[in-house]
Amino acid sequence: MNALVLRAKRVAVIAAAHADEVDRQARFPAEAVAALKAERLLGIQIPMQFGGESAGLSQIAEVCFTLSQACSAAAMVFAMHQIKVASLVSHGLDSDWHCSLMEQVAREQLLFASATTEGGIGGDLRNSLCAVETVGDVFHFSKDATVISYGAHADVILATGRRHPDAASSDQVLVALMRGQMSLERTSTWDTLGMRGTCSDGFKLEARDVPVAQILPKPFAEIAAQSMLASSHLLWSSVWFGIASYALDRARAYVQGEARRRPGQVPPGALRLAEAANELQAMKGTVVAGLQLFERAQGDADELGSIGFAVMLNNVKTTISAKSVDIVQRALGIVGLSGYKNGTPFSLGRPLRDVMSAPLMINNDRILSNTANLLLVQKGGGQLLSA
Amino acid sequence: MVLSQDVRETLKSVAALSETIDGIGDDDNLFDKGLDSFGSVQLMLALEERYDIEFPDNLLNRRSFSTIRIIGETVNKLTLSAAA
Repeated sequence: MNALVLRAKRVAVIAAAHADEVDRQARFPAEAVAALKAERLLGIQIPMQFGGESAGLSQIAEVCFTLSQACSAAAMVFAMHQIKVASLVSHGLDSDWHCSLMEQVAREQLLFASATTEGGIGGDLRNSLCAVETVGDVFHFSKDATVISYGAHADVILATGRRHPDAASSDQVLVALMRGQMSLERTSTWDTLGMRGTCSDGFKLEARDVPVAQILPKPFAEIAAQSMLASSHLLWSSVWFGIASYALDRARAYVQGEARRRPGQVPPGALRLAEAANELQAMKGTVVAGLQLFERAQGDADELGSIGFAVMLNNVKTTISAKSVDIVQRALGIVGLSGYKNGTPFSLGRPLRDVMSAPLMINNDRILSNTANLLLVQKGGGQLLSA
Repeated sequence: MVLSQDVRETLKSVAALSETIDGIGDDDNLFDKGLDSFGSVQLMLALEERYDIEFPDNLLNRRSFSTIRIIGETVNKLTLSAAA
């Protein structure tokens, strides 16, 4: 086991100890995030020259997978943080201000959150109503952000907005706002079926007199296409795969217990376990292949921006999100009432409620519609080892 | 030979750009001007139909459709190779 996984496992022990309480109280997984900072995992993606570890997406996905088996909310907070850091690392290298922010992230283990969802626009990432209003060297920014996951706990928020008040709704930029530069007024509370600890409340975000240097120099269209969609789909999928793996581990332990109690007989759940393990392996192949294709395409803007690549990433998201729900349900079927009941070694209520968010986080129907559109022009005939 | 004017005519059929096309320069990035992935697919389909060409997968990326000039060059290359 490598050192990174050991660090992640130490955090997972702490996350697991508080996971039920985080879920019950719908509170931020503060202990897990403190442990992530103590293990210096929030800054692993920052390039070494800025004090980080230059971790690639696969390494980060491994941490997501490890954490999600302990506390889905803590894993999702870590994933969402790293998705924002990926935007900074991939698109901030040409800007002195963003390079110094990277140093600060590595040094102080700052937590990043995202403000892309907006009243009147919903989850359509690539359109904004709010706009950056530049006055000389500074800008003002105001956003009715209907969701900012763990916004009240973030050190930095990356927010989308139109480039200027006259820009088209899709002509967007990404701005980095530090905690002391903005006010957040809570407009809604995250009281949900699962993933309760992500505290994805709504906020009215206001920032004034922010230096224009804090606007990322690349258009958001490019940031979304080249780093954000890929890192979101792949890291979220790693979290969901981790939840499914945890559930199947519970089912396996249950079936093994049955087998030990009745030597010479194969327990009835064993066949269902075999079926589900088969599915889980296919899921793992999908996630791992996606990560490998993404890492191989690094630096190749044409490949990352190609239709084939977008279709591949969309398929990873829709497949893993749907199958992870299915796997947890199958696991519940295997362990039966001891999984349905809270407080047993086989309880699966929390993972089931958490994983049910997967097909809804960027709704699978929205992604399938996007894929359907892309397939109108994709020609096919690719290679076995290409996207 | 496909001229930028021809490309502009086709771009008018793309909802995201139909209103603004006259104010867009040949080298302006269309994705910054409102073209999204849905619009870019509609644009590709319109170009394939109009010029009786097919964009191969290796040209189905953001760069091939990023500006009016690049679209014109790409379509010219494909019509020439179709004629050859």
